[in-house]
Amino acid sequence: MNLTDLVPLPVVLPLLGAGATLMLSRRPRAQRLVTIAILTSVVAIAAILMVEADRHGPQVVWVGGWASPLGIALVADRLSALMLLVSAVVTLLVLLYSLGQGMTGDSHEAPLSIYHPTFLVLVAGVSNAFLAGDLFNLFVSFEMLLFASYVLLTLGGTGARIRAGTIYVVVNILSSSLFLISLAAVYSATGSLNFAQLSERMGDLPDGTALMLQLLLLTTFAIKAAVFPLSFWLPDSYPTAPAPVTAVFAGLLTKVGVYAIMRVQVLLFPDSPLGNLLLWAALLTMVVGILGAIAQSDIKRMLSFTLVSHIGYMILGIGLATSTGYSGAIFYVAHHITIQTALFLVVGLIERRTGSTGLIRMGGLAKLSPLLAVLFFVPAMNLAGIPPMSGFIGKVGLLQAGIDDGSPLAWLLVAGAVVTSLLTLYAIAKTWSLAFWRTPEQAHEMMRALPALEDDLDDDHHRHGMVIHGQHVHVHGTAFGTRELAEARRVIDEDAPDRDLHQRLQDGSLPSRLPLSMVLPTAGLIAFSLLLTLVAGPLYGYTDRAASDLLERTPYISAVLGEEP
Amino acid sequence: MSANLTLILTASFLIGCGVYLILERSLSRVLVGLLMMGNGVNLLFMVSAGPAGKPPIIGSAPTDDMTDPLPQALVLTAVVIALGTTAFLLAMAHRSWQLNGNDDVQDDVEDAAIRRLAATDDVSDSHELAHEATAEDLATDEVYEEEGAEQ
Repeated sequence: MNLTDLVPLPVVLPLLGAGATLMLSRRPRAQRLVTIAILTSVVAIAAILMVEADRHGPQVVWVGGWASPLGIALVADRLSALMLLVSAVVTLLVLLYSLGQGMTGDSHEAPLSIYHPTFLVLVAGVSNAFLAGDLFNLFVSFEMLLFASYVLLTLGGTGARIRAGTIYVVVNILSSSLFLISLAAVYSATGSLNFAQLSERMGDLPDGTALMLQLLLLTTFAIKAAVFPLSFWLPDSYPTAPAPVTAVFAGLLTKVGVYAIMRVQVLLFPDSPLGNLLLWAALLTMVVGILGAIAQSDIKRMLSFTLVSHIGYMILGIGLATSTGYSGAIFYVAHHITIQTALFLVVGLIERRTGSTGLIRMGGLAKLSPLLAVLFFVPAMNLAGIPPMSGFIGKVGLLQAGIDDGSPLAWLLVAGAVVTSLLTLYAIAKTWSLAFWRTPEQAHEMMRALPALEDDLDDDHHRHGMVIHGQHVHVHGTAFGTRELAEARRVIDEDAPDRDLHQRLQDGSLPSRLPLSMVLPTAGLIAFSLLLTLVAGPLYGYTDRAASDLLERTPYISAVLGEEP
Repeated sequence: MSANLTLILTASFLIGCGVYLILERSLSRVLVGLLMMGNGVNLLFMVSAGPAGKPPIIGSAPTDDMTDPLPQALVLTAVVIALGTTAFLLAMAHRSWQLNGNDDVQDDVEDAAIRRLAATDDVSDSHELAHEATAEDLATDEVYEEEGAEQ
């Protein structure tokens, strides 16, 4: 059997699986088995494809046997194969986690039977986006994964999810319309939508036309990738979804946008005049995103903002448009998919343990559950880029690329990247000191000392390490507003059924230990992220080769169009 | 390539109206806007197909007289996707109406909370701002309570 035949399988298998699990909706056990089997085989196939692409160059399949250049091409080159492998591993572990969680954390309201099929369609969409060899197929895969994400985001249809989902859906439909407009424009200008053909024809276009097409495509993908100033939808919509759903969205969906930017920039617009624009966008994304993260008083929202912020690093690599830049960006994408997903899974565990992700209610998690503390600490430090972990290696690669470039703007971005990294550490340290480092007693005392809403406080008050203003309270530099204070007061109320951690410790009414079926996938994902650190040398070699392939362009084009190089 | 001006003008009119409607608060109007815009975009594909010709069925006409079939295939896909989107958005508007009694697109609640924090931080300097913020407070808090009741 020819190994090239494996290329469509990461798309076909999950789609078939979606159909199968839908038919098995009355038999949850069989559903689980099918889903796990399919996702495991996708991991294996992706690994084989990665080795093949590395050894023998891009693997191309013309779907349905239509001859080049009329059919639909699926291409697995080094970049696609790596993305495919990382996303397959991540989706498998997230699915195992969601099984342990009882699907979605609120199984009594979420229809169980649609979770598996939707998740599989999402996986198929993501795989198809990485393999797509033409712009229209990319559009279709975006629609596939977006549709699955609409359903997953509004699972259960609670008020908060409908509110967040509305914005998410409208923003994404708008960006899809923009994508269609750009497709129509590209087709009228060049008469083709195939990446390889476009890369040959784009050069013949007048500069103005090419620039317009590039701007259209970049805007479309920047919305998907949440690049500032098109990132505002993200921190609003992601945190309300169930933990595993947020995790897989945060890990994968934005990265598909980043991948699309990368592909289009390299293949279609190699001599792009917009490099500086991308660099400015990268700078603003990093800085504005991380400032947003610092202002948050909820762990999920804090992480959503760091997600936006770290997209900037990848755009930085793409904007530099050098081999080292692309290599660093590819490495960073692989690193960030795993780490961001792992963090959201850990937050799911925290939510499970304490019933909340608001920082004001938390305290003493390190004492309560050392395991949870370790699970949070390792990926959090990795995200902040503490040596020797993969986050550090990826950032060093990108900084190196910036310094090599040497232009003033590149130096500004290097500075911005370092500051962002430090501020990430600050945001994480703040979370850590409030949620993990305080003792439960301290958290309890602080909540007791909160002034009643009616109290009119003119001056600043200092109690128990808090600074109390009229309407809000600062603890260790985190500001808590009226709503969170009200919730904290409700918890502290002796008559209320809610208990904070301290009271629970006193009562001895703590929930049973964390379910192993949730901890193991989380730990597995963190282990995978550490493995990325361990194999960083070979992996960086691989991304270097992928980046030089990208810049050279001929391996991709000749593989698709079937010309001998 | 010669382009059909009528199609372009109709498409831009539809897209313009669509954008106007998307800026509305009510989800059903946004939906109508998105549909108009989608139709406008589909017309753009007709423009990109070039001048009209014979139906692209093999054997029915010389190949040179045929119209370009690819944009039609693309539009077909886009129409199917738009159908699914419309159904989903209608369901969401209905659910939103069930929950809130309207289908208005709502503000980001947490974002409003942070804006409020910033406004109340310095009461003496920006008294008016703080005052406005408290009125807004009440509104958003109400929204929140409703949501809390729902959960």
